[in-house]
Amino acid sequence: MKVEVRYFAGLVDHTGRTRDSLHVADDADVRELWRELVRRYPRLGDLGYRPLVACDLEYADWEQALAGVREVAFLPPLSGG
Amino acid sequence: LIGLQDSPLEPQRLIDELRSDGDGAVVVFVGTVRDHNRGRRVRYLEYHAYPEMAERELRRLAAEARERYSIGDVALVHRTGRLDVGEASVVVAVAAPHRAAAFEACRFLIDTLKRTVPIWKKEFFEGGEAWIEGS
Repeated sequence: MKVEVRYFAGLVDHTGRTRDSLHVADDADVRELWRELVRRYPRLGDLGYRPLVACDLEYADWEQALAGVREVAFLPPLSGG
Repeated sequence: LIGLQDSPLEPQRLIDELRSDGDGAVVVFVGTVRDHNRGRRVRYLEYHAYPEMAERELRRLAAEARERYSIGDVALVHRTGRLDVGEASVVVAVAAPHRAAAFEACRFLIDTLKRTVPIWKKEFFEGGEAWIEGS
């Protein structure tokens, strides 16, 4: 199945992109998707922090299954305000 | 009254829209761009958001404040794009019949916004630029 992946802030610099469209296994979770991204973009492997994750605009954890999820976003630590 | 905006924020306009005749208090927090950070001289900031999610989190946050505190209407507007030193980055305004609840709700809103609404600042300082990740 296919998921849209979005990157923000420093993660855009590390990947060189704001979004990707990726095929993942039907039973994949967020953690497996991230592993695939680290293979594609090795700089994601040494961020020095763990990104927050959102699935379809809701905060999610790394064990969140991707079945039925359209968009996964990886978010660096927030700095609004 | 709630959302992201890429043009200058207008606190007074928000206050005027927010207030009703049953309110005896309006508490306003305005976040502004300062000229220094971590020992560096700041030239300007750029605020970037995950817009769809940020709007949703802002609305959720306003609803939560109205459930928790005895308040009336809430304004919660965050600026995006380039901001020069001195410009307002965020306005939180709370109207309420009495001031105590308005102060508490305002504090709750800005503190929670910083933790939960997906917005980031990029700092342009003398000699470079850097994403600010975490506060």
